[in-house]
Parts: sequence; C-alpha cells; structure tokens
Amino acid sequence: MSTHPVTQLPLVAAPLRARLRRNRLRVLLFLAPGLVGFTVFLIYPLVMTVWLSFTNSNMISQASFVGLRNYRYLLDGDPQIWHAIRNTGWLVAIMVPAQVLFALGVAMVTARLKAGASLFRTVFYLPALAPPVAATVAFVCMFNPNSGPVNRILGLLGIHGPLWFNSPDWSKPALTLLALWGSGTMMVIFLAALLEVPAELYEAAELDGAGSWQRFRYVTLPTISPVVLFATVTGVIAGLQYFTQAMVASQVANGNIQAAPGYPDGSTLTYPQQLYIAGFNEFHAGYACALAVVLFVVAMAFTVVLLRRASGFDIEESPR
Amino acid sequence: MSESRGRPVTRTTRRTVAASLIAATALLTASCTTGGSSSKADTGAADTTPVTITFWHGLSSPHEVDSINSVLAKFHKKYPYITVKAVAAQTDDKVNQAIRGGTAPDVASSFDSKNVGGWCSSGAFQDLTPDIKADHVDMSQIPKAVQSYTEFGGKRCTMPWLADTFGLYYNKKLFAKAGIAGPPRTMTELAADAKKLTTFNADGSIKTAGFMPYLGGYEMLTQYLVTSWGGKWLTSGGQSSVGGDPAFAQALTWQKKLVDWFGAKKLVTFKAGMGDEFSAQNAFETGKLAMMVDGEWRNSFIKNDKSGVDYGTAVIPPAEGKSQFSGAGFVGGNVIGMPRGAKHPGAAWKLIKYLTTDTDALTTLADAIGNVPTTIAALNSPSLGLSKDPHYTPFLDVFKNPLTTTTPASGDGGAYLTNFGHFVEKWQSGGVPDLKAGLTAVDKQNNAALKLGQ
Repeated sequence: MSTHPVTQLPLVAAPLRARLRRNRLRVLLFLAPGLVGFTVFLIYPLVMTVWLSFTNSNMISQASFVGLRNYRYLLDGDPQIWHAIRNTGWLVAIMVPAQVLFALGVAMVTARLKAGASLFRTVFYLPALAPPVAATVAFVCMFNPNSGPVNRILGLLGIHGPLWFNSPDWSKPALTLLALWGSGTMMVIFLAALLEVPAELYEAAELDGAGSWQRFRYVTLPTISPVVLFATVTGVIAGLQYFTQAMVASQVANGNIQAAPGYPDGSTLTYPQQLYIAGFNEFHAGYACALAVVLFVVAMAFTVVLLRRASGFDIEESPR
Repeated sequence: MSESRGRPVTRTTRRTVAASLIAATALLTASCTTGGSSSKADTGAADTTPVTITFWHGLSSPHEVDSINSVLAKFHKKYPYITVKAVAAQTDDKVNQAIRGGTAPDVASSFDSKNVGGWCSSGAFQDLTPDIKADHVDMSQIPKAVQSYTEFGGKRCTMPWLADTFGLYYNKKLFAKAGIAGPPRTMTELAADAKKLTTFNADGSIKTAGFMPYLGGYEMLTQYLVTSWGGKWLTSGGQSSVGGDPAFAQALTWQKKLVDWFGAKKLVTFKAGMGDEFSAQNAFETGKLAMMVDGEWRNSFIKNDKSGVDYGTAVIPPAEGKSQFSGAGFVGGNVIGMPRGAKHPGAAWKLIKYLTTDTDALTTLADAIGNVPTTIAALNSPSLGLSKDPHYTPFLDVFKNPLTTTTPASGDGGAYLTNFGHFVEKWQSGGVPDLKAGLTAVDKQNNAALKLGQ
C-alpha cells in the first residue's frame, strides 16, 4: 500500500504537468496582446522615465548619469516648483471637492425633476462636450474685468467685480468656476448611480421616520459610495494633471505668449505646466522626468489612501 | 503535490518574464536614439544631381506663404536641380520632435531665437561653420548682436533670417491734443508725456492710456525696456547678470514709479480690455493707447488692418544720463538652420545661404512681410522698399546701431528670461520689498538653471 502512491504519482503527474504547461501557454497567448501593450506603453515608458530622471537628458543628445542632481534641483533649486506645487495642491483640495459636490448636487436635483428632466440633464451635460481650449477662451472673455458680461452684470447689481483671471487671488477660483461649468460627465455618472438606488430603501427609511438629510446620509450616500469614490479618485488624478485650462487661461488673460507662464503672478502655474516647460522649452528632459516620477508617486499615494479609506467606509456603512 | 511541483515552473516562468522584460528594456533603452546623424548623401558644390529638400518654416498667413514661395521659386531658378518642398506653419516643438524621431527636415526655421542655445549645445542643429568657411561667407555683413543670438558656445548652428527691432509708436493726433510737439527724447520725458496723454473715466478707470508700463502688456517686455539703460542679461562667461548690472534695477524702478502713478489694478483692468494684440482691435490702432513699444511689424499690421490711426515712430529713448544709448535698441528675430538628420546637407546649406545672404531674397521677403533684412548689404540696397517708408526708419537705424543688444542664446532655452518674468510679475504687483536682493536671487536661480543642463 505504501508504495502505491509513490509508483503511481509520476505516471499521473507527467501528463498533468504537460497539460498545465499547455494551459499556461494558452493563457499567455491570449494575454499576449494585452501584455505587449502593457509592457510597451506602460512598463517601458515608466522604466525609461525613472532612468532618465537620473540623467541630464535633453532627448536629443546622449545623456549622462547625474545621480540625484535632478531631485536635488527639484527640492532646492527650481524657483517655480513650490509655486506650482501650491497651485496644484489648491486645485486638488478646493476644485476637486467642489466639482464632486456640485456634480452630485446637480445630479440630485435633476434626478428629482418630474417635468423637463431630459432637457435639464442635457443642458447641464452639454458644457462637458465643449473642447477645453475653446471653453477656456470663452470663459476668460466672459470674465474679462474690462469688457466681459460677468462684471457688467455684477456692476448692475452694485457689485464691483474682481479682476478674475487677471488677479492672483481670483484666477484659481475662476478656473474652479470653469471646472464646475464643465462637470457634466461627472453629473451623468452620479445621476445614473442615484437612479439605481432602490426606492424601497427610501420607503423603509421614511417609515422609520428618517428626514431628508438622514435619507441622504444613511441611504443615498452609502449606496452610491463606489461612484463617489470613483469620481474622487479620477478627480484627484485629473487635478494633479491639470494643464490645458490653466495654460490657456494664463496666456489669453495676459495677451502675451512671450511673458512668463502662470499669469497673473504665477497663480495659474501648475505642476504639469512646470514639467512641460522644463522638458520641452528648457531642454531639461532629465529634470522633467524627475518631476514626472514624483507626480506618479504622489498620484499613486493619493489613490491608495483614498481606496483604503473608502473600502473601510463601504464595508461598515453600506446597507448591502 | 501538483502545487508544490508547480512552484519551480512558476519561478522559472517569472524569471523568464523578468529576464525578457529586462532584456527588452535594455534593448529599447539602447535603441532609444535621438534622431540620426547627418546623412553622407551630400550634394557638394559641384554636384548637380537633382534632389528634393524639405524646408519647414513658421509662416502661415496666405500673403506670407505666397512671399516665401516666390523667393523659393527664384532659388529653384538659380539651382534648377534643387527642388524645395516648403511646409508652412511649423513650430519649434514640431521641429524638436522630428529631430528626436529621426525625421527632421533638411532645413528648419524658427520665429524665435530662444532655442538656439539648446539646439547648438545638444547638436540638434548642425554646426554651419565649415560651410561658412568653405563658401567664404562674409559674416561682417551681419551685426554683432544679430550674430550673438544665432550661435552658442562657439557653434554657429543657425543663421539670422530677417530680424525684428523694437521702437516707440506714438499717436500724432493725441500728442497734438495734449500739446506735445514730438516723441520723447529721454525716458523721463516719456513718463511725463504718458501722464499728460492719459485720460480717465468718471469712475476713475483709465479711458486712454498715455503708455502701458505694465510689463507683459503687448510687447512691453523688460528685454526691450532695459536697452535704454544699456542692460546686459548675461556676463561674457554666460552667467546671469540682472543683479550685478545696475541697469535692471534702474529700469524697473522707473517702470514701477509709472505703474504706481496709474495704479496697478487700474492698469491690469485696462490691459485686459486692450483688445487682441494681433488684430484690428489692438489698443494703439483703435486710439486707446497713445504710445507703445512694438516691433517693426506693427507698421504692416496697421496698414493691413486698415487702421485710421495717424501715427509716428521713433527709437525708444535712452534713460536720463544714458545718451550713449540713443538710437540703440533691441534686436531679435527668425533663425534658420540644418537639423541633425538632414538628408541632403549640401543642398540644404545652399538654401540657407541663399535665404540669409542673398540681397534680392532678403529684400523681397523683408518688403513682403515687413521685417528688417539681416545683412548690411540688403539694408543699404536701393531695392529695399522699407527704407523708403519713414515709419521704418527708426527700426532700420536700431538694427545698424553698434550698441543695439539682444537676449543672448543660452543652453536652457532662455530659462533666465522665464525666471526674470516671474520676478517682474511679483515686482510690479508690489510683492518685492527689496529690489536689489530680489534681483540677486534671480541671478542665483538663473545660474542654477544654466547648470542643470550641463
């Protein structure tokens, strides 16, 4: 009896191993297109970016290894980087939550509409279809302190309008208004989630005497929390990569593309802009790669922290 | 059992995958070339084998494109075996990308000289010195300041191809109304005239500005202003000198006094409503701005926009006590060169030489697009139409003046100007308590940026 398994096992295991190997090969074959894409378009650029961040590359001539010089320059030498970090931090801390709350608010209102719901949903969504550059140019013109309609209307109400995109104090709030105006996509996602909340949960909550705030807090929010998490994570990543609108607004408001970026007074200079300037205007591709690596790490950290916190919230609070 | 037996297989697979990834990365890293070197398929001076070369330029408006095409037709007539395929509306970013990708054109031009340092030091553009020497090109025909923004670190990787000089435009009607006889002769007079010419609305906002002292308003930039004080951006050793050269502090002090007289907030509001610089709504063309600093090209814009403004032009006056800089100013402009990877360097050089040194080619294009030709011979040519227009006289004089300066090429794409731009934004909004200390800090920042690319 004792020898039976010993003599039998190789006979059984050999074809099993072969089958497993064939299965693995088949799986690899099916995964190959994805793996190749993943390697070429993600792993390779990532590895190259990390490598180049330790060089003096200008992406034209041969690069030399410079150790941590680019990272030291980031921390101690770049005169604009802390400005750019503060601006990007402001956008992530203020603009992203404002956009999430605004989109959620609009979605809740349009979800409750009995008449004209489709019309209002379309109207609120439409700005999201506007190209960012065109939308930004239009916004800067609307908020022009000299000739724009916004300050004229404020003037009729007896309010002396601010300089908006021409003021270091108001440029980022103006960009936030632009982001709110264009948050239609987020609104549609929230709307879809809100319409999926089972009506019987609200009925049960009402029977238990829950008011509107309690229904929102204990029924709506836990049910749509995965969507809120998705909107927040993608919003934070988009905030960290905020580029086009800031650059266009700065140049249009200033009216001079030769002037320093981030007009007025560096208030719209974001981290990705500084990265672009270093890499493409100043031939410091190695330094730009160092900036990109830091941005990647920060975005990753934000995402991990948000996911961890949210998963705890979801397990504890969700009624499902 | 099968699981335990599977482990070595998994480890082997992982090792294989890891090794493949490392090998692939190493291979890709090694093969990450930055454009090919220059081709050996040259057409030398005696070679008349038919070739087609590609020429990227930034001109885009129909009349500009027609003008360059007519000049290229003359080139083809002179060299029938060279056909030029011109591609309009190209930018420096596209040129850089093509060089990195190994698909660079044979000849490329740029509106701006700020990338010259990077192009020369990185080898993105080929050194033209051997061709210049071989063809005995007389470089003394090109003023020193113009030569300085088209070369870097001993390498002449570009040639100047039409220049821009800067002067003062003034509205004659508004001058007469304010009782001012002629353009200011010193910066002190300019400030006094600006105040006389300025009118305000009932609510205190600016109705007509005598001058726009806010840096960044149209072409009101430090590089054009500081020439009145004789400021130099970099030392002969290539180090930043904005803190060491007193001209910068003097120019900024003059500028800030005028900003304060207007009120920074009022100026920013007025500036926001000045209208697009390159349109018929330009504030000078509509009579809202009585004096402004601008390039010679404004003359042709005023004409093309059919503006009714009755105007005159003058050199930007020197500062008080700096009369030696009277008539001098700032010069910058288009550059043209041969990117690395050019397939027909011989033919490419012939085109570059023709466009940048042939008097007829230079005067034809200068007249067509209203820019200053870049050789003394073209400037003195009787066929130059611009020289017969008195509006262009100050700009042509600035070009000829030996004290005229420029922003020298640097290896970091002119980062010293960007850093300075950030500083003046703070300065003019009142955020710099100690000007001298601030400028010294800018020197430190500029020198750190210059060192980064080395």
